[in-house]
Amino acid sequence: MSLSPTGALRHSGHLFAMALDVVRTLPRRPFQTREFIQQAWFVASVTILPTALVSIPFGAVIALQIGSLTRQLGAQSFAGAASVLAVLREASPIVTALLIAGAGGTAICADLGARKIRDEIDAMQVLGIDPIHRLVVPRVLASMLVAVLLNGLVSVVGVAGGYFFNVVLQNGTPGAYLASFTTLAQLSDLWAAEIKALVFGAIAAIVASYKGLTAKGGPKGVGDAVNQSVVITFMLLFVTNFVMTAVYFQVVPQRG
Amino acid sequence: MGVEICVEGLTKSFGHQVIWQDVSLTLPAGEVSVLLGPSGTGKSVFLKTLVGLLKPERGSITIQGRDLTRLREHELYEVRKLFGVLFQDGALFGSMNLYDNIAFPLREHTRKSESEIRRIVLEKMDMVGLIGAEGKLPGEISGGMRKRAGLARALVLDPEIILFDEPDSGLDPVRVAYLNQLIVDLNAQIDATFLIVTHDIASARQVPDNIGLLFRRELVMFGPRERLLASEEPVVRQFLNGRMQGPIGMAEEKDAAQVEQELAQLTEAPVVREPTPRLLPGPGIVRPPRWQAIARREAELHRREGADA
Repeated sequence: MSLSPTGALRHSGHLFAMALDVVRTLPRRPFQTREFIQQAWFVASVTILPTALVSIPFGAVIALQIGSLTRQLGAQSFAGAASVLAVLREASPIVTALLIAGAGGTAICADLGARKIRDEIDAMQVLGIDPIHRLVVPRVLASMLVAVLLNGLVSVVGVAGGYFFNVVLQNGTPGAYLASFTTLAQLSDLWAAEIKALVFGAIAAIVASYKGLTAKGGPKGVGDAVNQSVVITFMLLFVTNFVMTAVYFQVVPQRG
Repeated sequence: MGVEICVEGLTKSFGHQVIWQDVSLTLPAGEVSVLLGPSGTGKSVFLKTLVGLLKPERGSITIQGRDLTRLREHELYEVRKLFGVLFQDGALFGSMNLYDNIAFPLREHTRKSESEIRRIVLEKMDMVGLIGAEGKLPGEISGGMRKRAGLARALVLDPEIILFDEPDSGLDPVRVAYLNQLIVDLNAQIDATFLIVTHDIASARQVPDNIGLLFRRELVMFGPRERLLASEEPVVRQFLNGRMQGPIGMAEEKDAAQVEQELAQLTEAPVVREPTPRLLPGPGIVRPPRWQAIARREAELHRREGADA
């Protein structure tokens, strides 16, 4: 990637153009069901375990912070409410974003990059097959599906972890913790988090595919592409997360 | 019958670097052409431009009355079905075994039944001598086998034009000879238009109807094999004889004075120039009229040579 401002603009343009191509190619038949299922399984298999392992300490950290904070403020009865809210609204989309970009996106980018430098992508185009339709669309959809499911997994594991740390380790009262679950959080929080995850999955897969398909310069080029794809995806995901959160607070009325 | 490719005024550059400019040539339908050139003169780029993988800055590529450089993406995918391309390392799909690789275009583009696909795939694998290796993965086989498998895959859709990107690179001389024979046999059998990009002089002397030479960002010459082999053009002579004296240097071209001096020294040495016999289709192949005419001409030449000696 060049450091000149026009170079950066050009890359953004190409990336956006590819995103549009993906959208345009989405309804084209025949849908690559086999590739989609394979990719969904593949992305899930590389992300599920790390996600579960990351979300336990993540839930625990939130529970510890909120546990001590609520004690200082004398609002122990709100410990459960606050930790559920934090996990559901912010922690789970962020963990999903990290994992889908760090584990899923890199795997997609490395796979496509290796194919690109071995001329497989060119060969495919010469055989009259559009790699966007055949390879990228199934990967984007698979990544979106898995991101949504991962977000659910992170929410459950995070809340359970929070419960365990608050109730068992900080001597919180189980009843109060559970009873306050729904005082602050509402169902639309979950929907918003799932929509975020859906968008994150799409962005991660599109950036990874773009970087993979434009890899050049041998094995080192693939390594560079993977590295850049993670960095770009992280930046995009955190910006997107901020924008979507801001919009969410404007659109959906809050409780309390 | 193959189709004609008409290239006119083609120019390609990456950024400010011009790869080649104003390349004009016509690949006659059904004939074998070879494009020669020192390493790094953009031969592979030329192939990729021909199939529309790279967009040229100027010029046109006309196939069946359509200009490839002006087609929209989906029209391009249609035209590409006329092409079969053998990439340098075969470009097989690493995740599939050879059988699935070769069956891939059929499964994607046709509604043929599995049994029919099996028949076609085995036929093409037999053609390139790969029977028995159906279940192997591309990573498990030698470079020569990968090339032949890539060729079989390029053949399954019965292309009208076949492009070869350095079919002889990385192969031993015996395998190169076999591959050249295979190319000639194929041309007699399927009658497609062939373009071979290479820097192997021996193949270039034996195989083609036409030879072209890319050098110094230009197509120096393109014409019938006999004309190029007999050419007095310094670049052509240097390249076909694989010697150091001449305009082609190690890294880039040399300056004019040095070239002149080298060539002056060279004229003192005797120039041996025997005509190279042309490679003909194997005995088991039914020769179409075009190849019968070539064989007759070759036999004539040899008789005359024999009489001279």
